Amino acid sequence: MNKHLLSMHDLTAEDVVRILDTAESFREVGTRVIKKVPALRGRTVVNFFLENSTRTRISFELAAKRLSADVINFSAGGSSVAKGESLKDTALTLQAMGADAIVIRHSSSGSPLQLTRWVDGRVLNAGDGTHEHPTQALLDLYTMREKLGHLEGLRVAIVGDVMHSRVARSLTFGLVKMGATVTLVGPPTLIPPDAPAWGVQVSYDVDSLLPTLDVCYMLRVQKERQRLEYFPSVREYARLFGLTSARAATLPERALIMHPGPMNRGVEIDSDVADQPESVIEEQVTNGIAIRMALLYLLLGGSRDGEAA
Amino acid sequence: MTATVLTADDIRRALTRIAHEIIERDKGAQDLALVGIADRGDDLARRLAAEIARIEGTQVPVGVLDITFYRDDIGLRAEAPEVHETRIGFDVSGKVVVLVDDVLYTGRTIRSAMDALMDLGRPRKIQLAVLVDRGHRELPIRADFVGKNVPTSRGDDVRVQIVEADGLDAVTVTPNEGDTA
Repeated sequence: MNKHLLSMHDLTAEDVVRILDTAESFREVGTRVIKKVPALRGRTVVNFFLENSTRTRISFELAAKRLSADVINFSAGGSSVAKGESLKDTALTLQAMGADAIVIRHSSSGSPLQLTRWVDGRVLNAGDGTHEHPTQALLDLYTMREKLGHLEGLRVAIVGDVMHSRVARSLTFGLVKMGATVTLVGPPTLIPPDAPAWGVQVSYDVDSLLPTLDVCYMLRVQKERQRLEYFPSVREYARLFGLTSARAATLPERALIMHPGPMNRGVEIDSDVADQPESVIEEQVTNGIAIRMALLYLLLGGSRDGEAA
Repeated sequence: MTATVLTADDIRRALTRIAHEIIERDKGAQDLALVGIADRGDDLARRLAAEIARIEGTQVPVGVLDITFYRDDIGLRAEAPEVHETRIGFDVSGKVVVLVDDVLYTGRTIRSAMDALMDLGRPRKIQLAVLVDRGHRELPIRADFVGKNVPTSRGDDVRVQIVEADGLDAVTVTPNEGDTA
């Protein structure tokens, strides 16, 4: 495996299987009374979050703590970043403090890659701009494999604002790598023009697709990125692409309904649909901890220089 | 030159004897549980349980323990050691837990296994059964039940093969070439 996890392109199909299998073992730890193992004792993990996040940050924090690593949480608000310190100076400070791994979320695409040029520790991308969010993709792959038994040949639709979605990019790259068939669905303005080069199909009609799916993956309508008008109104979007109860009823029986959270209930997904048993949105969160434990373990469980002592 | 130190028949007899010894030591199979250390140890634990069931008519619970997270050499190897599954479907608290492993060597695996077990509950007693004790302990640990003591040099390769995992039952020792110790 690569030293860092910046993109799904860093991983081979074998790496993905290894990560999912390792996560399987870590999920058992989460069911114990004492949810902690000493695997990463003495290692320091820095959660460096320069963009708001609930589940990813907490998930990484829990994962590191369950592995007995020391965790430092660091966000823009309460730090020198608010005083205008540059990313480089902040990174060098973290480096001087001996961080073994830095988990970074940043609004600029490519900042995790930039970080790897300044620090010796491992860097894990927890979402960078509109680029990638590989740990989310891995936990989604884990959830699909667990529920449906395999990834190869799965028919998956990713519905919504693919253009601005790092989740959609990472998940698409991951699914294609594992041999699934991916269709991106959304308003033409929100499907990236280079999407056909990703090895996927593109559709603008969600209704005809639903009865053929194994997984219906709904993306969040990113209101905070919606300064430009990509579609006429939220109501129209909900009517054309929202997963309503009527639409969900046309899905095949065993099909999964997934969403990376946070949800806009009533926009891309109806409240009733989000709470119905086919929806595995909460399991996605639980599996996220196991996936992040697996990644931290695999990246930090070897020696610091990658050689045997 | 590879030498076979235990044949399939030897292994069968050793496990039968150990099963008898466990029941004798613990005065029956009450509160008894077997936990095999993955991999190979879990297969041996299941066989011991079958022997105990045959002798005593009692089904003792069997679990599998993966000790990877508790190893003391994480961060010393180039890559993170591979993780297996832990599956212990019963409460270990108050039980007499017999840890089962194929080879007892430095004792570090057993130290890890005891730590792992303690995180799952508070067993009344922990005992240790091994198929082969090859010596060279690095920790103050000894086995309660031993299939065979096999004197070895540090560099020797002691290999336990089990039908369930390898298709045959055998224990072999291959001396390290050029090792005069």
